[in-house]
Amino acid sequence: MSSYQHCYRESDFVLRHLIDFDGLCVENGFEGVDLDLANSLIDEAARFGAEVLAPLNVVGDREGARMGEGGVVETPGFAAAYRQFAEGGWQSLKVDEGHGGQGLPDVLNAAVSEIWHAANLSLALCPMLTEGAIEALAEHGDETLRARYLPRLSSGEWTGTMNLTEPDAGSDLAAIKTRAVPDGEGYRISGQKIFITWGDHRMTDNIVHLVLARLPDAPPGVKGISLFVVPKYRLDAHGDPAEANGVRCLSLEHKLGIHGSPTCVMAFDDAWGELVGEPHRGLAYMFTMMNRERQVVGLQGLAIAERAYQQARLYAMERLQGTRRDGTRVAIIAHPDVRRMLMTMKSGIEAMRALVLETAAEADRARGANEGARRAHHQARLELFTPIVKGWITEFAQELTSLAIQVHGGMGFVEETGVAQHYRDARILTIYEGTTGIQALDLISRKLLADEGRAIGALFDEMEETLGVLRQAEEASLVVLADPFADGLAAARRACDWVLREAPDDRQLAGAVSVELLMLLGYLCGGWMQVRSALAAHRAIEDGEGDALFLDAKLKTARFYCEHVLARTQAALTSVLSGSTSLMALDAGQF
Amino acid sequence: MKILVPIKRVIDYNVRVRVKSDHSDVDLANVKMAINPFCEIAVEAAVRLREDGKADEVVAVSVGPKAVQEQLRTALAMGADRAIWVETAEDADLGPLGIAQLLAALVREEQPGLVLLGKQSIDGDNNQVGQMLAGLLGYPQGTFVSGLEVVDEGIEVVREVDGGLQTLALRLPAVITTDLRLNTPRFIRAPDIMKSRRKPIAHTGAEQLGVSPAAGPRLLAVHPPEPRAGGIRVESVGELLERLRQAQVI
Repeated sequence: MSSYQHCYRESDFVLRHLIDFDGLCVENGFEGVDLDLANSLIDEAARFGAEVLAPLNVVGDREGARMGEGGVVETPGFAAAYRQFAEGGWQSLKVDEGHGGQGLPDVLNAAVSEIWHAANLSLALCPMLTEGAIEALAEHGDETLRARYLPRLSSGEWTGTMNLTEPDAGSDLAAIKTRAVPDGEGYRISGQKIFITWGDHRMTDNIVHLVLARLPDAPPGVKGISLFVVPKYRLDAHGDPAEANGVRCLSLEHKLGIHGSPTCVMAFDDAWGELVGEPHRGLAYMFTMMNRERQVVGLQGLAIAERAYQQARLYAMERLQGTRRDGTRVAIIAHPDVRRMLMTMKSGIEAMRALVLETAAEADRARGANEGARRAHHQARLELFTPIVKGWITEFAQELTSLAIQVHGGMGFVEETGVAQHYRDARILTIYEGTTGIQALDLISRKLLADEGRAIGALFDEMEETLGVLRQAEEASLVVLADPFADGLAAARRACDWVLREAPDDRQLAGAVSVELLMLLGYLCGGWMQVRSALAAHRAIEDGEGDALFLDAKLKTARFYCEHVLARTQAALTSVLSGSTSLMALDAGQF
Repeated sequence: MKILVPIKRVIDYNVRVRVKSDHSDVDLANVKMAINPFCEIAVEAAVRLREDGKADEVVAVSVGPKAVQEQLRTALAMGADRAIWVETAEDADLGPLGIAQLLAALVREEQPGLVLLGKQSIDGDNNQVGQMLAGLLGYPQGTFVSGLEVVDEGIEVVREVDGGLQTLALRLPAVITTDLRLNTPRFIRAPDIMKSRRKPIAHTGAEQLGVSPAAGPRLLAVHPPEPRAGGIRVESVGELLERLRQAQVI
């Protein structure tokens, strides 16, 4: 059976050495917040995650959400665990104090959230969506809406959902058909939404749906979509849930993974709702929320990979296969190919974690910057990292959760072992909140071509500086990192320059090479994190700070990543430079 | 009523304990530390008494170097109202008696109605401080407590003893040491962790308390238990008996 313990030394290392958490708090106005407080919160979250959420993960897999008489019945045990989570005040760590939250940095919230998603991905999706709803209402709702909904969403008393997709409107939201008609005291919303995560449950006494719909006078396409807030139960004069609204779950999807998370078909039948912000601006509002959700999905990739890795590591240490000359048995961790798998997981996960937290820290820096140029710099970096975090990490997580099964051999394929669940659960991550293809298009068209390579050029220059520091090093464990990192960086520069040059003449090019380019940049950003970790670990060893064995492992893990994982940038470069020709060569009829 | 809860900083129970290579002690460098689990139960019991209106104030106290403030913060986050840090040097060689002497002086100063502490710590496993403290103060003591109730005349406690459960009535002030089954400590709320940073931790030391604490026993060496040798599978009961005889265990 799969147990889970948060690797608190890893999050501490990234926050302390790569993010400079204390410095970040001082510079961005988080008064009274420091690494000690962060670690206290992470410790307690880790305890709650390990003791309450993690044991329910397998329960959710085996006894997923189901349809009952009056709606969705969630997995046994989920409601009590959720309530404990809400009572613990964990829903609103990063929500402004004015809206009932704790006002803590994004990066700390991300570090804590890793625990929720690793412990129980299915259950953690519920508060994740509530967090998104809180942000959308806080940023775009008026005073009345905020007063009505935010305190109870922040406390976790109610949960939130995001209703975008319809049967004919998936990646192409322009095709949305749900209607909203003004009726004097609000709007009447009618239509069907699909793939609505935690769209219904009995854990709280209300659910707050954020719904995209069209007003009668809406212009066609994406410029005619508005955002509405539709509660499951209409509110009475005191703001308490009263009579049922015209919204219900019609059915649940039967899925490959995340069985504990109800994925609902939602019917809105003349449901009462209120407009959020201005008419026809709904998609833009949803996208501020969606961009953050994309970062969280990247974090889910990290979390599920960490959980799978912990199980594989334990098995590799305990499983005896092979006999030494003296007759003693060998644990499979002694075998080089098992090492290859464990090192790919370990080095990949550490790179992912650093990149996730660095991205969240960029959000704090962008928000906290009081000067225009600095804010623009951090905002551009955040926007550049977002599709990489979502796309690269979730794709890499497919491989790493698969490797965790491979380490187990035949036992990994057996469901009772529990490691297959992580692989199945991880599979959704490259799909929801925008597929890898959508992330790659966002990266290549908005973040590279439209930006004419400025943000990415600035990132490459910063990597070049890190390379310079590495080149100065005399320590052998650092010297070995320089050439592979330089090769990866050169590959990325060449690929981006080539795309910028060739894309205007080839309409298919951007779409054809985008995923390879995204993966190339992902592996490189991961390499940058690994190299910076190695430099920090080396400094700490020199200063005699911290656990020498742990820091030594950082240096060796960085070397593995640079030599074996970063090498993938070269293959990606070759693919990118081959362009669209062979990829588009067949006529559709030839398939 | 005021409750004083002495707590101890120990190695986290999830950590695999390593012995220093020179066998001088357990290796505590860069190891995760936590409140001793029995002490955590004592804090929980005290906070519950205050929440039930049976006590007005919960004061956590810890004896040790600067780092013990971390555990005092945890006690404050659990709900203690304030904390006292009795500072000792990093290399102070205190045993249960020295700790009990310092605590006794503090009890005379603070005058709590009840001293609630863990029955033992998971590092030294001494199980002595509570008893010594009661002895030094001349207070009644209830040890290994798995149930307690404040009554008009004092406090009633249920003790876990070899033969079963024993119920005692004690006059206050008294010293109570907690056993595992007294309660399950709460999960701490995130806002309480943040609030705990604004609660006061007072500072004192042996000198201010007018105590020269007795030195503890001298630690000569620490050795890990012998690693378990691999087992073998025997073919029959006869062979099993044969092997057991060879090993001279029967």
